[in-house]
Amino acid sequence: MVSFLIFFPLVGVLLIAFLPKDREENAKWIAAATAAIILALAIGLFAAYDRTDAGYQWIDELTWIDSDVAEFTLKYAVGLDGLSLPLVSLTAFLSLVAVLISWRIDLRPKEYFAWLLVLEMSLLGVFSSLDFVLFFIFWEIELIPMFFLITIWGSGNRVYSAWKYVLFTFFGSAFMLIGILTLGLSEGTFDIRELSQIGEISGAILPAGAIFGLIITAFMIKLPVVPMHTWLPDAHTDAPTAVSVILAGVLLKMGGYGILRMSLTIMPDVAKDASVYLAALAAFSIIYGAVMTLVQTDLKRLIAYSSVSHMGYVLLGASAVGVVGLQGASMQMFTHGLITGMLFVLVGMVYDRAHTREIGELSGLAQRMPFIAVMMVIAGLASLGLPATAGFVSEITVFLGTFEKHEALTIVGVIGIAFAAGYILWTIQRVFWGELDERWSDLTDANAWWERVPLLAMAFLILAIGIYPNVIMELIETGVIPISERLT
Amino acid sequence: MGDDIVRLGPELALLTGAAIIVMVDVALPQIRGADRGRARLMALLGVVAVAVSIGWSLALAVGDEKGPAFNDVIVIDDFSLFFSFLFAGVAGVIVLASVDFLERNHFPAEYVALVLAAAAGMMLMASSVDLIAIFIALELQAIAFYIMVAFSKNEKSAEAALKYLLLGAISSAITLYGMAFLFGLSGSTALDEIAVFVRDAESDTRSGLVVAAVLLTAGFGFKMAIVPFQMWVPDVYEGAPTPVTAYLSVASKAAGFAVVMRIFLVALGEGAITSDWAVLFAILAAISMSVGNITALMQSNVKRMLGYSSIAQAGTLLIGLAAVAANDPQLLLGASSVLFFLGTYAFTNLGAFVAIIAISNKIGSDQIADYAGVAKRSPILAGGLAACLISLTGIPPTAGFIAKLYIFDAAVQADLVWLAIIGVVNSVIATYYYLRVVLNMYTRDPVEESRFLPSPSLSVALAVSVIGLFAIGIYPSPLIAASESAANVFASVS
Repeated sequence: MVSFLIFFPLVGVLLIAFLPKDREENAKWIAAATAAIILALAIGLFAAYDRTDAGYQWIDELTWIDSDVAEFTLKYAVGLDGLSLPLVSLTAFLSLVAVLISWRIDLRPKEYFAWLLVLEMSLLGVFSSLDFVLFFIFWEIELIPMFFLITIWGSGNRVYSAWKYVLFTFFGSAFMLIGILTLGLSEGTFDIRELSQIGEISGAILPAGAIFGLIITAFMIKLPVVPMHTWLPDAHTDAPTAVSVILAGVLLKMGGYGILRMSLTIMPDVAKDASVYLAALAAFSIIYGAVMTLVQTDLKRLIAYSSVSHMGYVLLGASAVGVVGLQGASMQMFTHGLITGMLFVLVGMVYDRAHTREIGELSGLAQRMPFIAVMMVIAGLASLGLPATAGFVSEITVFLGTFEKHEALTIVGVIGIAFAAGYILWTIQRVFWGELDERWSDLTDANAWWERVPLLAMAFLILAIGIYPNVIMELIETGVIPISERLT
Repeated sequence: MGDDIVRLGPELALLTGAAIIVMVDVALPQIRGADRGRARLMALLGVVAVAVSIGWSLALAVGDEKGPAFNDVIVIDDFSLFFSFLFAGVAGVIVLASVDFLERNHFPAEYVALVLAAAAGMMLMASSVDLIAIFIALELQAIAFYIMVAFSKNEKSAEAALKYLLLGAISSAITLYGMAFLFGLSGSTALDEIAVFVRDAESDTRSGLVVAAVLLTAGFGFKMAIVPFQMWVPDVYEGAPTPVTAYLSVASKAAGFAVVMRIFLVALGEGAITSDWAVLFAILAAISMSVGNITALMQSNVKRMLGYSSIAQAGTLLIGLAAVAANDPQLLLGASSVLFFLGTYAFTNLGAFVAIIAISNKIGSDQIADYAGVAKRSPILAGGLAACLISLTGIPPTAGFIAKLYIFDAAVQADLVWLAIIGVVNSVIATYYYLRVVLNMYTRDPVEESRFLPSPSLSVALAVSVIGLFAIGIYPSPLIAASESAANVFASVS
């Protein structure tokens, strides 16, 4: 079942590949249909997940490489639990959003939509893998579509940004590979379920702390944690809108997911020792990201830096090594995906119309695009954590979980919220309010269905989760309880 | 005697094929200048000879016709059969990839015959277990290669051939010197008898054995193209006809590794000497990877770039050799990882060269900058080349990733974490120059708009490589099993 979900995007890719050249504009319909079917499946799984009997469900498993000499067995094993299912659903949702907001792509549309679907496949695979090597494989596959999507359809300094993105990730994953091999060889398995049961690592050729460091470095580059974040503003700014949405919405979560699923669960003892350092890094990321956000003049760069700050909360929640903090961290991953995804969609729409993202040049846009302005306010308020929005739920949970463990650092984290209020409100005020410039007098609002539907869906989800967080919180709880048990 | 001939069948098929090709050429009416029909006929005959050879190897493998031949000078085991398949397959792809080149050349028959003779020589290198037989096989393939490198008959090609000949002669001399040391110390040229001597060696012969090991490494290092014996690589790769470059980079390198594995794992496989040559290989691996990759970064010619990258890949292969010795001798992970890597590397690098031959034929340039926009002009070729380069980078789901995983796994298992770390850092560096070509093909605008397709024979060769590299990437178990049973040969010896 889960395998079907992961590889279904390839069906879309095949159909697109056989599309005749003179009807290439139909690629978007194929992509939309594929993404919609996956979303429907994901929603079905979300509803059908047995919350009373937590753990991995719908497991598909077979031996992939069995080597006598090498003494290792690699499995193809996929399944979903309370930690991965929300992220799989988020991936399915944002992939459909990404396809819809790319409706007007006319440069090489066949390749564009095919790569988007390959990207979706690799992301679904990362979140569903139950074998560490399989996880790594999907983790690496993701680089190829991203490389093409940014270099071909990006803007600005796109080649430089794509290189930076690929090389940063590749550098991290090179070390992760060494970590995985050392870990797997000393424990005799790469199966995540078995690795989650092991005791203290001994007999490995590297000390446990070194293995932990090798693996978590890759995740912290992806999350990203300051000072390993420098690829993110560039990649975000120069990627096409849809890719920015996926990048902020889902790709960063690969790092957070990895920290929760691998680093904390497999090596809980080391994680507990490292907890205060992780918290310090998190607090630093939050404040540094927030301060950098304040001084940005480019709308996309601004949201990119705000992501750095917001992903700091994920690490902060994880560093609490307790059930509430973990809940907050995974909740923050989900809500940040929706909120920042939505912000990127909106900024992309403004840029498509005004052809500039300079905050100083824009003003009074609300008069011409009231719908976009309203949506921007919703997303913005959620981003700064206003109660009754999704952002509030996740951030308050993170703080509740962390305060007991790291008081001072949590307070530093809370200060980040104050900054967020500042940069979000100030930006909305400058861009949408005030005098309407002559230059912008003939801009249009988001009128097309493929613009309005995704925005309305995202706004609905943000408010719904804000008002009734249990719809997702319960599920996440079943996912993080096993992790917190390992950590006690 | 009958058994001997049967066991030598795969090699004999190729050599007979070569002889028939030359005789057919004499029998046909002589035409001055290039002759397309003749080129195609010769290529066809070459492919037939390869098919017979592969069929024969298959019969030997299935019929379990293994064992020594010709007074224990040659042995047919899983290891030599692995290379019989590999070299015959590579020779077949090379013949196919050469058709375009031969249609413009005056001597197609001689060329195909040389390709087959070189393949036979390399197979013999892998199956010889006697120093003298090894040396004769080495010279058989070396002489064939000297001539093939010169086959373009232009200034660059001639210069490359002269360079290759001179340095090759020196390396042969060094190899012989190393062999003489082994013989002098042990009194035998048979590898298993030397092994007995080495195992029981007194400590006062150790320095002599170290000298022999160093000399042999230097001599075969030339074939394997590892630093510091790589000086010839860029010029020869650039000057030789591209199909010959492909042949050199895949088969000649693999043959070097095959012999080194035979000599070092059998003759020098036990006793104190193993830790000495393990350190030697580990250091050479680190240097080859780093020097190869960093120099490859600066290349603007795609053939030179692949030349340096093949030096780096040889360094990665050496990791596996270092891991063999550093390990428990029974645990042959290192050896099987080298074999697996050679198998995948054959598909990947051949595919890359075939695509380059097809593209360069049309755009008339080997410069990476001129590859701009090739994706628009020929989506199939650009896609094939991109797949091969991604596999060389080691990104899943391609064969290159599994090979990388396997060899680093061997290194970690052998406690060589530092070497594995140097390896992964190098694979990050390599990403840049491999993907730069992909980037050029896909994101830049072409100079001309005209579209082109590869010729049928090149298409077949490219399709075999690309399908192979994805098939191995997704389902590697058969090749892993083959590599492991080939590596097991060394377990039964000791």
